[in-house]
Amino acid sequence: MSAAWASIGPRLRRVALRQSYAFALLLLVVAVAINYYLQPTFFQPGILSGNLLLFVPLMLVAVGQTVVVIGGGIDLSLGAIVSMANVIFVSLMSQEASPSRILLALAAGFLAGILAGALNGFCVAVLRFQPIVTTFATSFIFAGLALYVLPEPGGVMPPGLVNFFYINPLGLPMVLWVVIILLLLWALLRSTRYGPYLYATGGRDLSAFVSGVPVSSVRFLSYCIAGLMAAAGALALALSTGTGNPIGGTDLMLQSIVAVVLGGTRLSGGQGGVAGSIIGVVILSLIQSIVSFSGAPSSWQTLINGLIVVAALAGPGLVALLGRRRRA
Amino acid sequence: MRVLRLNPIAIALILAVILFVVGGIVQPGFASYGQGMNILRLAAFLGIVAAGQTLVIISGGERIDLSVGAMITLGAILVFRFGDGQNDQALLALALALGVGLLIGAINGLGITVLGIPPLVMTLGMAGVIQGLILVITGGRIEGEAAPALTSLVSGSLIFGIPGVVLLWLLLGGVMWLVLQRTAYGRRLFAVGTNRVTAKLSGVRVPSVLVLTYALSGMLAALGGVVLLGYTEQVFLNLGDPYTLPSVAAVVIGGTLLAGGVGSYFGTMAGALVLTLLTSLLTALELPESARLMVYGATLLLLLSLYGRQKALRQ
Repeated sequence: MSAAWASIGPRLRRVALRQSYAFALLLLVVAVAINYYLQPTFFQPGILSGNLLLFVPLMLVAVGQTVVVIGGGIDLSLGAIVSMANVIFVSLMSQEASPSRILLALAAGFLAGILAGALNGFCVAVLRFQPIVTTFATSFIFAGLALYVLPEPGGVMPPGLVNFFYINPLGLPMVLWVVIILLLLWALLRSTRYGPYLYATGGRDLSAFVSGVPVSSVRFLSYCIAGLMAAAGALALALSTGTGNPIGGTDLMLQSIVAVVLGGTRLSGGQGGVAGSIIGVVILSLIQSIVSFSGAPSSWQTLINGLIVVAALAGPGLVALLGRRRRA
Repeated sequence: MRVLRLNPIAIALILAVILFVVGGIVQPGFASYGQGMNILRLAAFLGIVAAGQTLVIISGGERIDLSVGAMITLGAILVFRFGDGQNDQALLALALALGVGLLIGAINGLGITVLGIPPLVMTLGMAGVIQGLILVITGGRIEGEAAPALTSLVSGSLIFGIPGVVLLWLLLGGVMWLVLQRTAYGRRLFAVGTNRVTAKLSGVRVPSVLVLTYALSGMLAALGGVVLLGYTEQVFLNLGDPYTLPSVAAVVIGGTLLAGGVGSYFGTMAGALVLTLLTSLLTALELPESARLMVYGATLLLLLSLYGRQKALRQ
C-alpha cells in the first residue's frame, strides 16, 4: 500500500489531498473494479442502473444534507421528513388518481417538505438553537405527523407514475437523468449570489455576518432546500416501492451523513460539494452489492458492510498518516 | 431569564417536579410512590448510558457518540448469551461486556484522533459494525437467559422500595462527580473541551484523553445494556436504538454545552429524569402514538428554547 502510494509522485499526491472528492473518485474506481470482478455482468445495461435506482431516494436526501452541511449545520430530521412527505404523496393519490389529483398530491408533499425545512431553519438560523438537538427534536414532530397521516404501511401509487420511474428517457437510464438534473441545479445555485454566501456562512459565520452576508437567511434557506430535497427523496421512495410507509425514511438520515462525508464534504462546514455526495451514495450502493455478491454467509454481511464503510471513512486519514510517515 | 440560564440543573429539576405533579393531576395514580420509583428506574437506564455521553460531549468540538444504542444491545446480548441465566457466569459475562464496550469505544477514539474521522460518522459507522457483530454472534437467533441476580437487582427493591438499579445510578453519580471534579483526567477533559489548542500547549495529551473518553462511553453504554437486560429479561436486535439520541438530549437538557468544556453529570441525571417523566406522562395519557411523538418533539424544542441557544451574531 505505502509503496504504491509512494510511486504516485508528490505532485499527484498533493492534488489528491487538496481535492475534496478526489479520494471518493479513487474509492469509486476501486469499488467498480471489485464489483466487475465479482459480477462480470456488472456493466450490462439495466443491471447497474437497476441497482442504483434503489439508491435514488438516498441520493436526493444526501444532496439536501450536503447543502445544510456546507452552510455549517446538520439535519437529523431529513429521514422523518421523507417519511412524512412519502405518506402524504401516497395517501392523497390512489390507483386511478386523475392528473389534477396527482398534481395536488405532489404539491402537498413538496409543500410539507419545504415547511418542515422552514421550521428547522427558523429554529436553527433565527432562534439559534443547536442544529443537532433541534433537528432531533423536530424529527419527532415529523415522525408523529407521518404516523397521523398513515398509521400503517399501505396505499398504492398510480401505476402510470410508477412506470415513469422505470423508463429510460432518450435511452439513458433514469438514475443518470437524476444525477444530471441534480448537478445542473447545483451549478445553477452556485452561480447565484447564494453559492458563495452559503460557503462563507458555513466557513465562519461571524466573519460572514460582519462582511454583510445575510447569515440567518442563508442558513434558513439551506434547511428549506434540504426539506425540499427530502420531499423529492420521498417521491422517489414512493415510486420505487409503489406504496407508502410511515417509517420508510428512517434509515436515510444517518446514511445521508455517511454519504456526505464519504464524498469529501467536511461536517465543519464551508467546504465540499454535491458531486462528492452523489459519488458517496454510489460508493455505498457498490459496497452493498460487493458484500451481497461476495458469497459471504448472510449473518456476516452486515458486519462486512459496516467494516468496509468504516475503512472507506478512514481512507483519507490513513493516506495523510502514511504521507506523514514517509516525510518523517 | 438570566437567573434561569444560570443553573440548568435547577430548571431541569423544577421541570421534573412540574411534570410529576401534572401527571398526578391528569392521571390519578401517576404521582404515587410506586410509580415514582418506576420512573426513577426507567430514568436510571437512560442516565447510565448518558454518563458516557456526558464525558464525550464535555470533550467539546460537537463530539457525540452515536454508537451507544448499538453498544447497549451488544452489552445486553453478551450477558444474555454467555451469562445464560447463571449468576456466577453472569459476572464473567458482565466483565466481558464491559471489556468489549471499553475496546470498541477505544477504537472509536483511535479512529477519531489518529485517523481524523469526524466523530459523528466514526461512531455512526461503528454502530453499523456493532450491528454486524451482533448478527454474527447471534446468527439471527438469540438464545440465552437473564441471570436471576441481575433481574432482582433491577426489578427488586433493596431499601424503602428503592430498586437496586436506582441505587447503582446514584453510586455512579457520585463516581462521576469524583472523576470529573477530583481527578487529573477530569481536569484534562474540561481543558480539552474548553480549548483543545491551549490544552495541548499546557501539556495535556489530547489524543489519550479523547481515546479514554470514548472508551468509557462504550463501557458505560454496555453497562446500561446489561442493567436494561435485567429489566426486559429479553433482548431484541434493536433494544438500545431508542436510547442513542435521547442520551444526547438528556445531556443537553442537563446544561452541558455541545461546544464542550462546561457541564456536569448531575445535570445529565436531571435531564434523564425529565425525558423519562415526559415519556411516561405521554404514555399514561394514552395518546395515540402519532400525538405522543409530536408532543414529545414539541416539548423537547421548548426545553431547548430555555437554554440550548447559541450566542447571537449581533453582539
